[in-house]
Amino acid sequence: MSALAEFWRRFSLNAAAVVGLVFLLLIVAAAIFGPALYPVDPYDMIGRPSQPPSARFPLGTDVSGRDILAGLIGGARVSLLIGLVASLGATVLGVAVGALAGYRGGWIDAVLMRLTDFFLTIPSFVLAVVIIAIFGPSIVTVTAAIAVVSWPPVARLARAEFMSQRDREYVQACRALGMSGLEIATRQIMPNALPPVIVVSSLLVATAILTESGLSFLGLADPDLISWGYMIGVGRTVLRTAWWMPAIPGLAILITVLCINLVGEGLNDALNPRLRQR
Amino acid sequence: MKSLLFVGKRAAVVVPSVLGIAVLNFTLLHMAPGDAADIIAAQSGGATTEFVEELRRSFGLDRPLWQQFFIYLGKLLTFDLGVSHVQQRPVLSLIAERAPATVLLMLTAILVATLLGMLFGTIAAMRHRKWLDSIISVLALLAYATPQFWLGLMLIVFFSVTLGILPSGGMMTIGQDISWPLRVLDIASHLVLPAVTLGLFYVALYTRLMRASMLEVYTYDFVTTARAKGVSETRVGFVHAAANALLPVVTMAGVQIGHMLGGSILVETVFGWPGLGRLLFDALQQRDLNLLLGILFISSILVVVANLVVDLLYGVLDPRMAK
Repeated sequence: MSALAEFWRRFSLNAAAVVGLVFLLLIVAAAIFGPALYPVDPYDMIGRPSQPPSARFPLGTDVSGRDILAGLIGGARVSLLIGLVASLGATVLGVAVGALAGYRGGWIDAVLMRLTDFFLTIPSFVLAVVIIAIFGPSIVTVTAAIAVVSWPPVARLARAEFMSQRDREYVQACRALGMSGLEIATRQIMPNALPPVIVVSSLLVATAILTESGLSFLGLADPDLISWGYMIGVGRTVLRTAWWMPAIPGLAILITVLCINLVGEGLNDALNPRLRQR
Repeated sequence: MKSLLFVGKRAAVVVPSVLGIAVLNFTLLHMAPGDAADIIAAQSGGATTEFVEELRRSFGLDRPLWQQFFIYLGKLLTFDLGVSHVQQRPVLSLIAERAPATVLLMLTAILVATLLGMLFGTIAAMRHRKWLDSIISVLALLAYATPQFWLGLMLIVFFSVTLGILPSGGMMTIGQDISWPLRVLDIASHLVLPAVTLGLFYVALYTRLMRASMLEVYTYDFVTTARAKGVSETRVGFVHAAANALLPVVTMAGVQIGHMLGGSILVETVFGWPGLGRLLFDALQQRDLNLLLGILFISSILVVVANLVVDLLYGVLDPRMAK
């Protein structure tokens, strides 16, 4: 418990991170409870199209007469879910590759790092576009494509952490006790290597949300789901006459990404106190 | 001689990258449902099984996979990227037509972003923990979280629709026969909004990077020495510290060319800028797989080459690296 209290003490020293966390929790709450509190179907055409905000439609209606506030809430679910799962997938993949490379070293390390560098080289957004174009846009392919293009930085970081740990005395002691390599890597080194990885993967959520919005804007989104990027794409067609229509979902993305970045910096302060930036 | 060896060593790194891109492209091509023969058969509006088999034979699609790969590789090495079955033109010539516009946009954005980022980062570090530092840091944080394509739309609303001072799309005014200095100005005015849209994220990134790097350099002894000698604080910041702090920014600028290419696709789509991004968007709409893979291949090569250039530039900026 005291470790958790210490963690919170360090985190709360960063005022911006606390503000970010509060807003982020509000956004997550809106995504979870929003549909119950504001029970309007975001897919239903319920009013005259392209209305400005009014008492009946707090944020107006889109080009098909759908309620924008309801879309924003539904979009929060999709955007956050894709962001979280894609970042989780990238983290698992990246840690697996990085841990193997860093712990084993030698030719395995050389091959895996070549692969990682290679994936860092190819334009990730273009690759994501091609992957989704080939497998068809659905929430699964979009999430997988974002994960596939986001793991390399995690792998490099995990490798560095594992390399710095693998010859420490506690690891040698484990070897002397006859523990298997897998057990040492996952149960002994992992807890020590994880803090910097957690920071990077929390920031990955923000990048994943931005990537997803760009993909949906290009029309590479699940056709059955409303996301923030899709809403910007729809609003774009009436940009000259109804600028608020694309402006609103864009602001939602901006605020969410900003909050995640702030929380990520706070996590960095709390988890890696020695690495704290001046 | 030594520097030539350095260049050669760095250039050799390109080979495995190109090979890797070829493997990736080939894998993706074979994961796609339906092959070239199916696509052509579908376009000719129904074809007999015999005809499709004949097509397959003529494309070499009936051979073992490894043979197909070497045929594919041979084609790539001679820059034969196949034909766009939608546009009925070689993929390479389609790409060659569009690449200059993208390169112009990206070079402008990255140059402006690097210069502004270094400037703002230096100023923020010199005013560390003063109000100017706070303002720059907050703005950088905001720009860092803004979706580029959305920023582009909002800039269009403000500068084109409301103020009417900048064009909202395209690369030049069509149907005007004007002399080349006016043409240059015309293109430049069309370039402003897309370049700002694409560059702002990187201004934010380089500002943060430069600021952190400057604060690090400020702790070094030579800065203290310069101050002790009575060098003005402005000169210490802009000359002594900044010159030593810019390497991380240059490195980052090189690493991020691939990332910027992704942003360029979205920005070009927003502004109708006739570059690779716009071409990719069209290929996507028309399900033109050959063209999509061709763009992936060429853009990856572009990034590999750009990284090589930055590597070499690094050797110039920091002669220790060339050893």
